[in-house]
Amino acid sequence: MEAASVPSQRATAPRRTVWDYVSNYGLIVLLAAMPVYFAISDILSEEDNLSRLGNNLVDGLSNGSIWALVAIGYTLVYGIVELINFAHGEVFMIGSFTTAAFFGFLGLTQGTSAIVLFFGLLLTLLVAMAASGMLNVMIERVGYRPLRSAPKLAPLITAVGFSFILQNVGLLWYGGSPRGIPDLISAQKQLVDIGGVVITNGDVLAIGVTIPLLLVMTAFIGRSRLGKAMRATAQDPEAARLMGINVDTTISLTFLIGGLLAGSAGLIYALYQTTIWYFQGFTAGLVAFTAAVMGGIGNIQGAVLGGFIIGFIQQLSDNRIQPEWTNAIVFVYLILIMVFKPSGLLGEQTREAG
Amino acid sequence: MSTAAPQEAAAAEPRRRLPNRAGMPPWVEKVVVPVVFLVAAAFLPFLFDSGANFISTCALALAYTVMALGLNIIVGFAGLLDLGYVAFYAIGAYAMGWLGSGFFAHVNDDKGWHVAVTGFAASLPGIHLNFLLVLVGAMILTTIAGVLIGLPTLRLRGDYIAIVTLAFGEIIGKAAVNSDEVKLSGFPIIGGWLGDTFGQDQAVTAGRQGITPVDKVDLPFVDVFTSLNQRPWYWLALAMVAVVLFVNFRLRDSRLGRAWVALREDEVAAVSMGVPAVRTKLLAYGTGAAFGGFAGAYLGSKNNTVNADQFQFFFSIYVLGMVILGGLGSIWGVVLGAITLTFINYELLPELRDWPSKVGLDFDVSEINFGIYGFLLVIMMILRPQGLLPERRRKMELTVEADTHDESVYAARA
Repeated sequence: MEAASVPSQRATAPRRTVWDYVSNYGLIVLLAAMPVYFAISDILSEEDNLSRLGNNLVDGLSNGSIWALVAIGYTLVYGIVELINFAHGEVFMIGSFTTAAFFGFLGLTQGTSAIVLFFGLLLTLLVAMAASGMLNVMIERVGYRPLRSAPKLAPLITAVGFSFILQNVGLLWYGGSPRGIPDLISAQKQLVDIGGVVITNGDVLAIGVTIPLLLVMTAFIGRSRLGKAMRATAQDPEAARLMGINVDTTISLTFLIGGLLAGSAGLIYALYQTTIWYFQGFTAGLVAFTAAVMGGIGNIQGAVLGGFIIGFIQQLSDNRIQPEWTNAIVFVYLILIMVFKPSGLLGEQTREAG
Repeated sequence: MSTAAPQEAAAAEPRRRLPNRAGMPPWVEKVVVPVVFLVAAAFLPFLFDSGANFISTCALALAYTVMALGLNIIVGFAGLLDLGYVAFYAIGAYAMGWLGSGFFAHVNDDKGWHVAVTGFAASLPGIHLNFLLVLVGAMILTTIAGVLIGLPTLRLRGDYIAIVTLAFGEIIGKAAVNSDEVKLSGFPIIGGWLGDTFGQDQAVTAGRQGITPVDKVDLPFVDVFTSLNQRPWYWLALAMVAVVLFVNFRLRDSRLGRAWVALREDEVAAVSMGVPAVRTKLLAYGTGAAFGGFAGAYLGSKNNTVNADQFQFFFSIYVLGMVILGGLGSIWGVVLGAITLTFINYELLPELRDWPSKVGLDFDVSEINFGIYGFLLVIMMILRPQGLLPERRRKMELTVEADTHDESVYAARA
């Protein structure tokens, strides 16, 4: 990421004002269009209240928290090495698979008592995070580090290569079709009902794991020495090296953090959806990267915001339009964001987005 | 706009000492190698049975070469990373499926429309255009699609272009899968007319089921192709490669080609030298896309099906892999890369299927084809990141580490 921005190439003054206006507010109007449309149509229809939209929002936020955790991995890695880590979605998938395997190992079932279940899940979370984190570090070490001075596209291709390899690992591990895992937390069980908006166990788990992790992560990157080193490397690796920062270690650390968060997202996904399959990482990767770009790449808060927004859009599309078209709609949004505000919602002007 | 003089100036500089070639003098690269390659390739089918599987694979390799050369214009020459090339394959193949099959069975009161077709297809319902007309249609459609996808990426650079093109490819792929539920008669405004013309139940695509059968290639003065005799398919693909090679060499050494390279190397400098960025980039997308449609229409006819499952993200990576493995921007490198990857996919991986049983293991290798392919990609990139036959200009860039403006850890050389 570079602080200095490329000078604007737009020439005529009046057009520029209009375009600036569009690029500042167009995106917000665009994002608000779908919820507002459905809100109005709900009120006008016989339902006459917004509880359906509220339910969409709650489900969207729960799904969105998974995308947010995965998106942070993309945004951190992109911020520091300018590489789309295509294997990241598969790292998330391996997190889910580790979760499922470790449930079997611990012998957790729906009948397990609450206190055992709590510590079992906590342990599983740590194991899944560790597995995904180590995997991500290993991929960087084997696939990306030898290619640092190579053309930029070379690591992109190894990333895709690793993505294929990991998909096949998943395929051999749990077979080719989606596989159910025990619904340990009764994810769809209603916990509270606020004016028709149902909050389930799954929603509480998703938000309850995501928010603390995000706070810890933001504090780590904002306050700690290592976090400062990460930001310095992202800004200017050469200068960071001259200041005595070990750039290699810092990059490994970035991949480790990204992997840890992807592992936790894998656990939430497994518990929330109660099905896993080897191809889940591919779509998750594309969606999460979209979220990262939407929020402004390199920006952690942006990735979280983007994740929640995408989750909401997906939920609206699943629930109101047609599930088959959901991904296409997400990508249409991505292209529109790129047209209106290439730097994303919270991103600064960067060289790439310039 | 008068841009001629600054462009000449921008182009004159690399001419001085860096010939833009893979280490060969120009007459060798542009005359001797192509003639030897094409003549040798033209005689290859006589060594095999006319229906041989091997010749079919070779024809596929040549069709993929056309695509890879098209993508090379976008990624290699102009430096615009395109991860959605599959969209152009899809559009080309659907042009073939729509204009050369019985898919629109109800047109003209079930009698069909026929333009310059001979043989069996002339008596079938549906739209049947001559293959050459389909090719023109496919190229027009894909050029429009290429320009359309180029427009939102004009303000973007690097990986942002990659992600927008990827999104575009995915949208086209999803639309191909899901549009079997979408009825032409349900379109707003023109739906009534479409319903009257094509029948009320006519869908837009055939989704995963696929449009099949598709008309075989029907050229003037030649018998209609059949799947039993693979030689004509092979020769047609070879002729397409020859045309595309010629166009590629001419474009690369033209003013437009130099403008592409200038934009790739330094956009700000190129623009301030008077290179029209918008027009130049859109021409790169349009030309590259047209080749994709060219090969797509051919593959639709050769595969005898236009099936939404063919148009997945993997295909974009497959073609991009050919370009990068061969060497970005290097025309002969890309040809080599395309042939290598096609043979790995169609000959080497099926060959591997027998290995476990030979050593007494009960294990299905076809299940992990993707993994092996991924492993090979990783190994090839680590061993030879610059590609098999790197372009001379890039080779020099890689060895010179004097980048002052470049602050990425992975040197930002697209």
